[in-house]
Amino acid sequence: MTTDVPTIAAAAAPEDLVRPGRVHRSLYSDPRIFALEMERIYGRAWIYVGHESQVPNPGDYVATRIGLRPLLMVRHRDGSVRVLHNQCAHRGAMVVADEQGHASEFRCCYHGWTYHTDGRLKTAPLLHGYPPGFDPADPKLAMLPVARQADYRGFVFASLAADGPGLLEFLGPMTASFDDMVDRAPDGAIEVAGGVFKHAYDGNWKLYLENLCDAAHPIFVHQSSIEAAGAQSDNVPTDGSGEIAIRQMRQNGAPYSFWESQVGIWAYPNGHSYLGDYHDDAKLVAALADPVFRDYTEALEAKRGRERARQILEVRRWNSNIYPNLSFMSQFQQLRVVHPIAPQRTVVYTYNFRLKGAPEAMFERTIAFANIVNGTGSLVLTDDLETYGRIGAGITSAGAEWLQIGRGWASDVDNGDGGRRGKNSTSEIYIRNMFDAWLGYMTDARP
Amino acid sequence: MSHAAAPDLAEAERFLQHEARLLDEARFEDWLALFTADAWYWVPSQPDQTSPRDTVSLIYDDRRLLETRVRRLRNPHLHAQQPPARASRIVANVTIDEAQAGAAVVRSKLLMVEYRRNRQRLFAGTCRHRLVRAADGLRIAWKRVDLVDCDAELEGLLLPF
Repeated sequence: MTTDVPTIAAAAAPEDLVRPGRVHRSLYSDPRIFALEMERIYGRAWIYVGHESQVPNPGDYVATRIGLRPLLMVRHRDGSVRVLHNQCAHRGAMVVADEQGHASEFRCCYHGWTYHTDGRLKTAPLLHGYPPGFDPADPKLAMLPVARQADYRGFVFASLAADGPGLLEFLGPMTASFDDMVDRAPDGAIEVAGGVFKHAYDGNWKLYLENLCDAAHPIFVHQSSIEAAGAQSDNVPTDGSGEIAIRQMRQNGAPYSFWESQVGIWAYPNGHSYLGDYHDDAKLVAALADPVFRDYTEALEAKRGRERARQILEVRRWNSNIYPNLSFMSQFQQLRVVHPIAPQRTVVYTYNFRLKGAPEAMFERTIAFANIVNGTGSLVLTDDLETYGRIGAGITSAGAEWLQIGRGWASDVDNGDGGRRGKNSTSEIYIRNMFDAWLGYMTDARP
Repeated sequence: MSHAAAPDLAEAERFLQHEARLLDEARFEDWLALFTADAWYWVPSQPDQTSPRDTVSLIYDDRRLLETRVRRLRNPHLHAQQPPARASRIVANVTIDEAQAGAAVVRSKLLMVEYRRNRQRLFAGTCRHRLVRAADGLRIAWKRVDLVDCDAELEGLLLPF
């Protein structure tokens, strides 16, 4: 039998692993591929590291990371946000162990090397007897800042590469999705609030974003919750949170005709994409008749004017994915960050945002929605996590060397703005688009 | 009912052990029947969490969602329970936090071992039940479970605690 399937021995060459409409299974499990991804994707791309509202005051810090590297996002005393390697220049220990906090300086637990909140070395004991060339004033003897740092409307990104496209160029037309997140706040500002979910699975990091705009999966993956919610009596007492959850589960059961007629998928350079036009505000949780939404709309109109408020609420981008590891959605102010741990181990942190100037009841809806969509014990997410684990368990089989990502391949269309879109939301164009970006990073052999 | 006696320690302990047995035996509908018609069941995501409304929760079910949760546990397409998990729960250190006419808030420790597909997980935490007396026995008006690792990176939670 002749075949163009590379053997596993040859599988580490990235350009051999991506073909039109299919990818080789080893890129979800091969440790050599994973190591190269950490170097060429997570070591170069702009990676979301946090939101400025997490560090409102000088000295505030929050632990974050890029790939396997622990970082610290901190508000320096001059008011600027700094992203530092959370590592002591002396013996390499992680300096700050708390997930968040407030400090006037950072002191390493090992020998007391102490750093300013911008990472510069402040003091260290016994600075004598070092070999020639050792200079405590050397800027490299620091909790080093990341190579590049930038933010877009309060969303802070870092890159470990000194060279590369700027953040705005990297995001391209996806900046509109961030605008949508922020503009919905009557006061024009949002803040991280309401705790964090951290869920884990034994599967590759790429699976997560590949699932978030997958309109063809809910009817199967979520069948148990769709049917359980469908059979639920609406006469049983609820404090509102169960009602929101059950409505979302029922929505997941929309037939293919819905996904093929009312929902679209857009794909942009650098691997980004969004699912659009899914929830229209008149029929989902932010129902126009809902008194909470009415109060919120009034608050938005009061601050922005009726016409601007209408424009803001007309944007109907559902999940926006920023390659390689960020996804967010504006209707319920959710944001998810995917952290690769190992080829077959991933953790995902999910955050909520409060719309400043909105009635507090809006944030309660955000929380109820987060519980059902991102909750570790949710009736929905648990079946997604099981699916990632099943892929993890199955993908080491050599039965299916090539995995299919070709759905809708023949009907991708040019969107006229540098992007492309699928014929409808069931297209896997956004996965093919991520692998276009993957291939670009992975075959770029510059040091 | 307002003149009914508050459950005492022995009665509360028997009730909690009965509840744990129903769950161990996967008698989820019988477990649901222990709750009052407007009950809630809460597993916070943060230590010392004060509200399920302003902060996310590993589980926060009002009565309506709790019914849906139990119904889903029986669904043949619940992939995350193929094969189903088994669990063994130990309830201990039971104390009465507050007693009123016909009701009490009962505190206990839970140690639960969950097994599925060659993997065993250990959950530990503090439970608080508000138990109220009904005509035919005690009911759970609310239940809160504070896991010691509630803010850890966790895999999916399927079985009730």
